[in-house]
Amino acid sequence: MADLTYREALRRALDDELERDPDVFLMGEEIGRFEGSYKVTAGLWEKYGPERVRETPISEEGFIGAGIGAAMMGLRPVVEIMTINFILVAMDQVINHAAKIRYMFGGEVGVPMVIRTPGGAGAQLTAQHSQSLESWFAATPGLKVVAPASVPDAYGLMKSAIRDDDPVLLVENLVMYNVTGSMPDDSDYTVPIGRAAVVRDGRDLTLVAHSYTVQRALRVADVLARDGIETEVVDLRSLRPLDAETVAESVRKTSRVLIAEEGWSTYGVGAELAARIQRLCFDDLDAPVERVGGAEVPMPYSKPLELAALPLETKIEAAARALLAESGIV
Amino acid sequence: MAKAAETHPDAAVDRDTAMRLFRMMALIRRFEERTEEQYTRARIGGYCHLAIGEEASTVGAIDALEADDCLFASYRDHGTALAVGSEPAAVMAELFGKETGVAHGRGGSMHLLDVQRRFFGGWGIVGAHLPIATGAGLAIAYRGQPNAVLCQFGDGAVETGSFHEALNLAAIWDLPVVFQIINNQYGMGTSVEQSSAEPELWRRAAAYRIHGERVDGNDVLAVREAAHRLLAEARERRHPALLETVTYRFRGHSVADAGKVYRTAEEIESWRRRDPITRFGLYCVDQGLLDQESIDQVWSDVAAEVKDAIDQALGAAFPDPDTLYEHVYGDPGWREQFARMRAGAPFGERGEERTWQT
Repeated sequence: MADLTYREALRRALDDELERDPDVFLMGEEIGRFEGSYKVTAGLWEKYGPERVRETPISEEGFIGAGIGAAMMGLRPVVEIMTINFILVAMDQVINHAAKIRYMFGGEVGVPMVIRTPGGAGAQLTAQHSQSLESWFAATPGLKVVAPASVPDAYGLMKSAIRDDDPVLLVENLVMYNVTGSMPDDSDYTVPIGRAAVVRDGRDLTLVAHSYTVQRALRVADVLARDGIETEVVDLRSLRPLDAETVAESVRKTSRVLIAEEGWSTYGVGAELAARIQRLCFDDLDAPVERVGGAEVPMPYSKPLELAALPLETKIEAAARALLAESGIV
Repeated sequence: MAKAAETHPDAAVDRDTAMRLFRMMALIRRFEERTEEQYTRARIGGYCHLAIGEEASTVGAIDALEADDCLFASYRDHGTALAVGSEPAAVMAELFGKETGVAHGRGGSMHLLDVQRRFFGGWGIVGAHLPIATGAGLAIAYRGQPNAVLCQFGDGAVETGSFHEALNLAAIWDLPVVFQIINNQYGMGTSVEQSSAEPELWRRAAAYRIHGERVDGNDVLAVREAAHRLLAEARERRHPALLETVTYRFRGHSVADAGKVYRTAEEIESWRRRDPITRFGLYCVDQGLLDQESIDQVWSDVAAEVKDAIDQALGAAFPDPDTLYEHVYGDPGWREQFARMRAGAPFGERGEERTWQT
């Protein structure tokens, strides 16, 4: 076991896959000499050269499309979108093309491509650069969407995504790049797509989250534990496929569930899970399913406003305590 | 009537080539005419875009492809599929939504393909397949293969951002892609003059420092000569080019458009006098490449071939509704990946028997 950062885990997964498979190549803005806007690809351009670590102009629609075309020819492109906000100019390529090609061509050709991009907020990047849009993509058949929330998952899900024969959106998180954790030394370590993880056991409340919100959820669980409340934390890890079974198993045990996410809750991950939980756990619930997300405003700039808009630990904790109170606990 | 002398002087061909080109254009014409009729009989649904009048632009360029070159096309793709050699019966079956169709009834009119013949689709969003074709060129360059990509699209696509991004990427990355504008003068009902600040579309090439060229798109030999030359350049010198073939669609944008409110009867008639098939036939007779008897025989042969295609498509089975979920994903592990997503899913998505359809 070695300690490293989330950023380094991603970089190492890219490095290992570039080394293992000559069909894997990287493409994106500033990923070469500049080493990536968030330095995830540092050193790879020097090691593998400009053909395998291809720098692109600011043409997201163009180079996601080029990634799709290369993938249709059997290559395995890993396309970096500098932040998830910039994928919006290429939505046609992602939703109307990458997701649909295999189906509308009757299974005759596929798109084994990864799009990796960081989402998230909290650094005063304001409305156009502080979004969590992953649920939009997770709503689309044909795509797979994963969102690692730990160092080993960053490594293991990246490798699984690259080896997958379907288009995978891997959502990183701006705030997590410097988070450290320990990882198995096994260079063949992978994390299966479509499996959630119970990252803390508890019997009173299930707290479901993905990406950086898992870290917040774990801190909230620590605070609640001081009052004797045992919170089970489920890290979804994968949004499509969504592991609803693991969530339901936990809710059957705790009888209470709060879903936290950084994106807007309305039509969000929590909305989808709530619908499934009420069907799966109708007789198990001691309180209504609750959701907590980012405030439903475009992200403001000013720090106090930004903090008010984020689903910080205090907001998640308040939602948890209100839910517990509803079912007579606390 | 068209004059044989209008045909490109440097593009002389032998009898076999002349017959091949004439026969293919005639097959497409007949296929499209019967397709329109099948549509009115409600055997074909959805959108249906006919390429009648554009046969020379399609066939001339595709005839210049070599084995392992890749082809991408727009949604006006019935002729494209026939020109690469796909079975007419499989193309018609796709239009009929049958399992034996080239896309097994999942794609329909706009999404024909033939991977074995390196035809990578009919694409439905104007301009969006240009970056994808560029990616195919990138794969060829990445692997050091000696091939090229031909990417065909209409004049409307030239006004999209994708056109700019794709040509720029292909140029800065030195990719072997020939971009062919099949300029039929109208994007739906909007003319090139109305849409484009530079109506000579081939001049856009200058912005990317690549070769641009305009040829008579109703002259199959001129199109073939230019495509042959530019594809050879692309293969050898690893550089893209922009080829504009100027043609005209005799019918409306789709079968739902009569094609008359935005253009005059005189204009349509003037282009009918330049019909690419009539014109090539006259040229072939004039040059002694074909005689009238063999031309008549071709028309009778392709009519029989299309009739057979319709008969086969009619007799073929529709896809089984039980296969509805096949091909959304293709990874060998996808069923296992999605197994835990059935829990609590909406009605119909939990793996129930599909009794409501019986």
